[in-house]
Amino acid sequence: MATHTAPASEADVGAARHLQLDDRIWLLRAMLMMRGIEARAMNLYRQGKVPGSFYDGFGQEAVSAGGAFAMAPEDRLCILHRDLAAHLIRGVDPARIIAQYLGRATGLTAGRDGNVHFGDRRLGCVGMVSMLPDMMLVATGMAMAFKLRDEPRCALAWFGDGSTSRGDFHEAMNWAGVQRLPVVFVLENNQYAYSTPLAKQFAVDPIQRAAAYGFVGVTVDGNDVEAMFEATRAARQRALAGEGPTLIEAMTMRMHGHAAHDDMKYVPTEQVEEWRKRDPIERQETRLRSVGVDVDALRAAVQAEIDAATEVALAAPMPDPATAVDGVFCEGEAEPLGDGQAPWSGFASPRADA
Amino acid sequence: MATMTYLQAISAALREELRADPRVLMMGEDIGDFGGAFKVTDGFIEEFGADRVMDTPLAESGIIGTAIGAAVVGMRPVCEMQFSDFIACGFDQLVNVAGKMHYRQGLAVPITIRLPSGGGFSGGPFHSQNPEAWFMQSPGIKVLAPSTAHDAKGLMHAAIHDPNPVCFMEHKHLYRRIKGDVPEGIFETPMTARIARPGSDLVVIAYGAMVHVALEATADLDGASVEVLDLRSLVPLDRAAILDSVARCSKVVILDEANMTCAAGAQVAALIAEYGFEDLDGPVVRIATPDVPIPFSPPLEQATLPSVERVREGCRELLDY
Repeated sequence: MATHTAPASEADVGAARHLQLDDRIWLLRAMLMMRGIEARAMNLYRQGKVPGSFYDGFGQEAVSAGGAFAMAPEDRLCILHRDLAAHLIRGVDPARIIAQYLGRATGLTAGRDGNVHFGDRRLGCVGMVSMLPDMMLVATGMAMAFKLRDEPRCALAWFGDGSTSRGDFHEAMNWAGVQRLPVVFVLENNQYAYSTPLAKQFAVDPIQRAAAYGFVGVTVDGNDVEAMFEATRAARQRALAGEGPTLIEAMTMRMHGHAAHDDMKYVPTEQVEEWRKRDPIERQETRLRSVGVDVDALRAAVQAEIDAATEVALAAPMPDPATAVDGVFCEGEAEPLGDGQAPWSGFASPRADA
Repeated sequence: MATMTYLQAISAALREELRADPRVLMMGEDIGDFGGAFKVTDGFIEEFGADRVMDTPLAESGIIGTAIGAAVVGMRPVCEMQFSDFIACGFDQLVNVAGKMHYRQGLAVPITIRLPSGGGFSGGPFHSQNPEAWFMQSPGIKVLAPSTAHDAKGLMHAAIHDPNPVCFMEHKHLYRRIKGDVPEGIFETPMTARIARPGSDLVVIAYGAMVHVALEATADLDGASVEVLDLRSLVPLDRAAILDSVARCSKVVILDEANMTCAAGAQVAALIAEYGFEDLDGPVVRIATPDVPIPFSPPLEQATLPSVERVREGCRELLDY
């Protein structure tokens, strides 16, 4: 049970059925941007410019990139701290992300919360809390509203293997199953919850629990961005067709420590080396090079964008201490979440979700 | 005007909100077909359907968490905790997700959580609590605690219209014991204190069921002129009204049905100590339930909850000071 091997996906041989070349490049770009921003932020952390600790998703970029890419503008996302690519796909400006890490006034929470604890409400994203499976219930509630209003939309929440032990995981899975809600649950199985391995987390592969709650569970190679996209796209289609939730278990590996302060000595070196061969970015690059894409040019463009964003973020002011007690309550009208960007070419045509 | 019980006033407010605003929905355990453990939503499902008067799984975290999700996409959920005690099972969603959302991300969470609370009828340790101070200590949550039918209705409208998470403490012991005139139609009671009875020698500050205990205990207190201040809202707390009563009366008894330590009344006492000290003509007296779980057996329960006699005695002693 604890020794899953990620299955080779059909997308590995270029069989991505719903992706145009531009889409496949977009996916690589989102993953490169995520890795590049996080690498830069880790440097800034080591220079003492990022307060607190720093959390990244190195090696897990495909899970958020592939998942978010399948979501329409009117869909709603609850994004986890190792899922930066989802924010990028929805349209968040990299300079604001770096400013967020630095605790600046121009960051997404204006310094009220740190690291990847943010969601741009104008882009249809709800920022996470540290109690990770809590957001499964929030996504379930959004899906509940969509169903009540008979709107063809869906909600998606990411969470980790450790989350499967919490009550909110069960409450959300059960609720969504009972009410047959249009929600996609993405279990980001990265082998460790901080230092706790899978064998100490559950006695049954959590994917089997989907059936126990009355809906479909799918295991996916979480290091294959195109496979992640296809699985999420199919889950979204089931949701819109009234067929209820899907649990996607994305098999991946947390290649860095839980956070910057964690040397992860508890992870066997062979395990890391084994997963390094399955790096999601290298895999996508290999595919795209084989069809003639200039990957090096793409890398250079992404790096230039990150450099520029870093300059902007470093020049941004710190928040005004006088504002520390502002905004606890909403004083005006409640403004619901807005729509995000959805770059997948399939959304460009009127019946894109068909 | 119509004469209604406290419970009927709450029901009427909910019904009118469901009629007026398609975004409003009720969520809770046994509230649909069964009409709720206290029958607050009795007959609702026939008028509004099972989608808007939703029987949920038995999962308090689920109720609050999904309400948050529905709220951020434009709904106005009203959640019933069957008994306020059970909110302990949904506390994380309330304080960590709902309460911090607007501060962190500018995203409003317009949810109302109905909390049938309070003791006095052998409910025992799990059906008698007054957990309002739990929420007062958690930023981003409003806390209302009406004592009359009129305010129960007006504050319920205000809670549902408010763009923030609101805990609505409805005292179970008042449900059918308290009646009063209530205006027809939707109106909002302000989230401020109200003088339940004016006076000049001493003020008893209370909320919820304890307002009635205070009124009864001080109705005839050897001719003393005793004011009763009904807080109605604990967050926001009406500091001006509290300090104004203290300035006029100079002697203060603060009454809580909740456990003594860090109760709402403790915050009121701290406020008076810091900002009303010059106006005091005696020590601030607190009367509350001691720090024990609410016991089941009547003589034990009556020994813990503040009684009319204890309040009368406390007021007499302070008047003699």
